[in-house]
Amino acid sequence: MELKEKLIASFMAFENQVDIDSPVHDVRSEAIKQFETQGFPSKKEEAWKYTSLNSILKHDYSVFPKHENTVEYNDVKKFFIHDIDTYKIVFIDGKYASHLSQTTHDGIDVCLMSSALNKPKYRILIENYFNKIAAKDSLTSLNTAFSQEGAYIHIPKNKLVAKPIQIVHFSTGNESALMLQPRNLIVVDENSHVQIIERHQSLTDNPVLTNTVTEIYTNKRAIVDYYKIQNDNENASLIDNTFINQKQESVASLHTFSFGGKLTRNNLNFYQNGERIDSTLKGVTIIGNKQHVDHNTLVHHIEPNCESHQDYKGIFGDSSTGVFNGKVLVNKEAQKTNAFQANNNILVSDKASINTKPQLEIFADDVKCSHGCTIGQLDESAMFYMRSRGIPEKEAKALLMYAFSNNVLSSVKIPEIKQRITKIIATKLGVNIGFDL
Amino acid sequence: MLKISNLHASVEDKAILRGINLEVKAGEVHAIMGPNGSGKSTLASVIAGKEEYEVTEGEILLNDENIDELAAEERAHKGIFLSFQYPVEIPGVSVTNFMKTAINETRKAKNLPDMPANEMLKMIREKSELLEIDRKFLSRSINEGFSGGEKKRNEIFQMAMLEPKLAILDETDSGLDIDALRIVANGVNKLKSKDNAVIVITHYQRLLDYIVPDFVHVLYNGRIVKSGGKELAHELEEKGYDWIKEEINA
Ligand SMILES: Nc1ncnc2c1ncn2[C@@H]1O[C@H](COP(=O)(O)OP(=O)(O)O)[C@@H](O)[C@H]1O
Ligand SMILES: [Mg+2]
Repeated sequence: MELKEKLIASFMAFENQVDIDSPVHDVRSEAIKQFETQGFPSKKEEAWKYTSLNSILKHDYSVFPKHENTVEYNDVKKFFIHDIDTYKIVFIDGKYASHLSQTTHDGIDVCLMSSALNKPKYRILIENYFNKIAAKDSLTSLNTAFSQEGAYIHIPKNKLVAKPIQIVHFSTGNESALMLQPRNLIVVDENSHVQIIERHQSLTDNPVLTNTVTEIYTNKRAIVDYYKIQNDNENASLIDNTFINQKQESVASLHTFSFGGKLTRNNLNFYQNGERIDSTLKGVTIIGNKQHVDHNTLVHHIEPNCESHQDYKGIFGDSSTGVFNGKVLVNKEAQKTNAFQANNNILVSDKASINTKPQLEIFADDVKCSHGCTIGQLDESAMFYMRSRGIPEKEAKALLMYAFSNNVLSSVKIPEIKQRITKIIATKLGVNIGFDL
Repeated sequence: MLKISNLHASVEDKAILRGINLEVKAGEVHAIMGPNGSGKSTLASVIAGKEEYEVTEGEILLNDENIDELAAEERAHKGIFLSFQYPVEIPGVSVTNFMKTAINETRKAKNLPDMPANEMLKMIREKSELLEIDRKFLSRSINEGFSGGEKKRNEIFQMAMLEPKLAILDETDSGLDIDALRIVANGVNKLKSKDNAVIVITHYQRLLDYIVPDFVHVLYNGRIVKSGGKELAHELEEKGYDWIKEEINA
């Protein structure tokens, strides 16, 4: 059975298992219809021209994994930012792992989507926010149809959340191939500030396909810093659909660090519903082998006096492929918009490739919009300069690549994350140097 | 220390060095002069191991070892240092951390542990004082936005940090005003000893008033066409290169 049919058939079973009275029952039913009509995206669609899902859709994924609790903290400690105190919402094979988590209801809610969907006290929030900003495309709809578990974070107004929140999804190899569909909802009310780290990590070499949807609402003057660490195993693929709805004067930044995985597609969507909003989207991609990373961003400037900053750096080795598709949409009313976009790439091998396509659709006349993309090689004269000072080729390359991505790293506000990313880059490049540039 | 015999090198099948012979002993200072385009920088790059140039004939011996097969970094580890005519900008890598990496990679190649941080700091402080370099300068990206003079001073600072056996200074004097020239020359002289050697590539007598050479060679058209003592530099300064070209063509 094709994956599409299998999923549609599984939906019936899923329906019987979850609460029919749930406020999202109709939403789910509507969503599966959407998915059924649209099917998985194909390369015929403009937005999927350079990314084919064929190779990852062919596996016979298990859609309802069993409860898995054999993972101990010490086995997976390295996947956490563990040198600072954090809240943790951890899942194993899509199921909540309480023994690895640290949630809270003390003034803020850092807990589970399943309880938010089922408990009456969350009903109003769910009605107001759940699936309100998520798109109706096939993959998002598929996730919506199966939405049941994930992180639920609500920060009421005027809270500065001191500890970062880690959302970590582990997958084990106890099922042969696994499909996961986490669903996260994050609501940050007026004047509040929160930092979130998200990671998907497979613990074996079995194929994993994660199709995740995260809705984030930043209300008036709220600040959200979001970090996605994408350094999964070679057989794990990720489709990340993130939707951020910003209200006036809010500041949202999203950093994506893509080093691992077989296929990674980031669909990142920012909607600026208010004035004086600031949106930052940054990413570093360093991949090799046959890896594929696709950043598909949208910043929709709806109201005046807002800013957006996009800065994506990519380094592609071996036969890896990259895609950057950055759309900036400026409505007629969105005067005095400042929108910047940069996408710089280095191809380390002549078999690697990158397709980069900025798309600017500007309907206002008094705006500052800039975009630039470059594709180059490592600077040979810089390489010789460094080597002539005694820095071996591999280390010299690594230093150059690190320096190239440093712009993106410099805006990371949590030092431990920066250190971790630095370490991952060093490991990835096979060098043992500190990069404390 | 360095013995070059019948060295031929070319780039993209174009012969640039066409039979160079040069011997440099420990403790000596050699000056290489010659018109633009004669191959001076090429010779320096070939000694330092730039892969772009192909050695088609002859050999370079460093302490009796043929270094033809050695990568640039391995030559650096053996004590060769090239001060670039055009130092390269490396955005995002600070001078300090570049030096830390260079020193520790060199130590690693010699199976030595990393230099302790306080020792490194002390060394950086001493050497930057020697070259009258502002500390703030050291946290900037290498050569990025540096003036011509700053770049050259930074090259000699790196030389001071790495303490090479054989230093090749390629037109280190160009772009320097007289004060900077004195500082740089003073730095080089302080580092000079009976165990190391310096090759100074220059157009002008000026630098040689400060770094006094034991030998002066004229490189023209890929060959050393004339060698002499320091008085040859004076002669070239006065008369230019035309008389040498005439001598050769005669
Ligand atoms: N990488 C290169 N590619 C092509 N030609 C080169 C290259 N490097 C040097 N040359 C040529 O070789 C000759 C010598 O250059 P160079 O060594 O820089 O001379 P000098 O330093 O004496 O001025 C020049 O004609 C120059 O154009
Ligand atoms: Mg030259």
